[in-house]
Amino acid sequence: MQPILDIKNLKVYYHTSQGPVKAVEDVSFSLEPGERMGLVGESGSGKSTIALALMKAHKYPANIESGDIIVDSINIVDLNEEEMRKTRLNNISMIPQGAMNSLNPVKKIKPQVIDALTDHGVKLRDKQEKFLSELMESVGLSKDVLKLYPHELSGGMKQRVCIAISISMKPKVIIADEPTSALDVIVQRQVMETLYEVQEQLGAACILIGHDMGLMAQFADKIGIMYAGKMVEFGSVSDIFKNPQHPYTRLLIDSLPDTSGKRDLIGIPGIPPSLLNLADGCSFCLRIGKKNTKEVPWVKVTAGHFIQKCPTCIDYGLRKKATTKRTRK
Amino acid sequence: MGSLLEAKQVSKEYISGTFIKKRNLALKPISFSVSDDSPSITAIAGESGSGKTTFARVIAGILDKSSGSLRYRDKDIDQMNSEDILNFKKEVQTIFQDPFEVYNPFYKVDHVLTTPIKKFGLAENKSDIDKMIISALEEVGLRPDETLGRYPHQLSGGQRQRIMVARAFLLRPRIIIADEPVSMVDASLRATILEEIKQLREIHNISVVYITHDLTTAYQVADNIIVLYKGQVVEAGDVENVINKPVHPYTQLLTDCVPRPDPDQKWSKTSGDITLESRIINGCICAFCNQNESLESDRKIYEFNKKQIVSCKVAEKKKICANEDISAYFTKKK
Repeated sequence: MQPILDIKNLKVYYHTSQGPVKAVEDVSFSLEPGERMGLVGESGSGKSTIALALMKAHKYPANIESGDIIVDSINIVDLNEEEMRKTRLNNISMIPQGAMNSLNPVKKIKPQVIDALTDHGVKLRDKQEKFLSELMESVGLSKDVLKLYPHELSGGMKQRVCIAISISMKPKVIIADEPTSALDVIVQRQVMETLYEVQEQLGAACILIGHDMGLMAQFADKIGIMYAGKMVEFGSVSDIFKNPQHPYTRLLIDSLPDTSGKRDLIGIPGIPPSLLNLADGCSFCLRIGKKNTKEVPWVKVTAGHFIQKCPTCIDYGLRKKATTKRTRK
Repeated sequence: MGSLLEAKQVSKEYISGTFIKKRNLALKPISFSVSDDSPSITAIAGESGSGKTTFARVIAGILDKSSGSLRYRDKDIDQMNSEDILNFKKEVQTIFQDPFEVYNPFYKVDHVLTTPIKKFGLAENKSDIDKMIISALEEVGLRPDETLGRYPHQLSGGQRQRIMVARAFLLRPRIIIADEPVSMVDASLRATILEEIKQLREIHNISVVYITHDLTTAYQVADNIIVLYKGQVVEAGDVENVINKPVHPYTQLLTDCVPRPDPDQKWSKTSGDITLESRIINGCICAFCNQNESLESDRKIYEFNKKQIVSCKVAEKKKICANEDISAYFTKKK
């Protein structure tokens, strides 16, 4: 199938007075319609910068240095601001991180939903009421919510209003940037199920950004692991969870608490390197006190499963298995 | 067996409005104690608005309680003299949720560490202060030379939260109340901070009250758990029982909603409705099932088994808890 979203060698740098911060360095991946992808990484790994670059909503000093972002066979890197305005929401839309702060507090919900539509030249006229109530229904809210102010809604309801706005033009790609980071577990599940349903209905490709591997296992088909501006591992959910290859992915999965027996919690040692004037080579080696200045190749493990294979740190944190064989007497 | 901190039927009511008073009973009467002889880690779980933070603040003495009594080392908080209050404030420390807002951006991070030492007169001179700070920072795995002398914005969220753990530890407290210490921290750093909190108990005999909405971390860290819903205890007891064999429908809902990091163990497909109303059990009178019940009504807690108590009709055939102190049903760890 023709991919709906194709990112090739994307580079996004922040140009600061001390030098360029390489927030996204040479990231490529593609998504087919209906596919759900998880983009995982800790703060400062460049995952939100990718989201902003996909919307071309990045601001100075960030700049797309090179690479292509092809959404529905249009390369949006080449579009000017006016054309991009038309593309946002229509082809690619984003569910923002802080639902609490992304709605206008002095306006009711209804004008905020319509605002985006009128800006794109959609004229609903007498169909408006029907359209809006169907839209709200699709995210599990009653149409009475339209008459309320944001402060009258709970966090989960606000986030669902944001989902409603972002799908109002039936986009082909939805980007959800930590949509549940400030919500508790029950509301988190409601929001994720809502997102899942609307995404299925639209058949849109979806990128879920976050650092909760549990949520990724529940939601995504494919997972990309970001570390220090680079994608270090990419594969299907079962590849990543059952057969993680990169040491960072292994540590991420091992650090997750579960409820199947008490054990010592193991965190990821060290702190991520600063992306300012980052040395060449493997940046994970820097974190664990090793060194590899050679360029790290992007290696295929199995079909659809790739890693940045650095020979110096590939075995780091690998649990030693009993390999000694007993000799038969 | 003595109790270090003992809360008897404490409740908290928020009252707002100037002329027309609006009352909100955020925490219904609850009895709880922290034992003096064996340090324990107790988790308090619940969704937002369940009263878990209110509970933490009341037992830490930060919020005034509306009724009941709070005793520390067998002295009532309300009748303590200033010396005892100072001692209570020193020995019961709090770690807050947001590592970004607790710092004053104009001061270096050293400020939050030196102030309590001076306030409680723990060190005689400058070099003693430095020694204490350095040992506390090393205790939480921070390198003092990379931490001291910096401003909060120069440190990451995880580092800032670890400084807060170090600050609490610095005062050699007996009890630490940690209010969602890891919810604002990256998943990769969570494990490290939680392990440090566990170490505080194991090495330094500090009891911890751990407030959270994340049941997986509660399971890993705590011995016992109290699940709150609308300011009310719905289930409490040993984590092994409560989290892996929950009895109350609300606890079941909470454990169901945990996103499991296993692609083969997905959330069960509900018909799009996992709201509270959809789980009403006929004839149940618990707060979870009948939300319209008046706030004054007396809720009974039933003893489901030796290690688990529950406030729901599910367990009505069981006998009513004889001991009102929840901690009486907790497992003690040797």
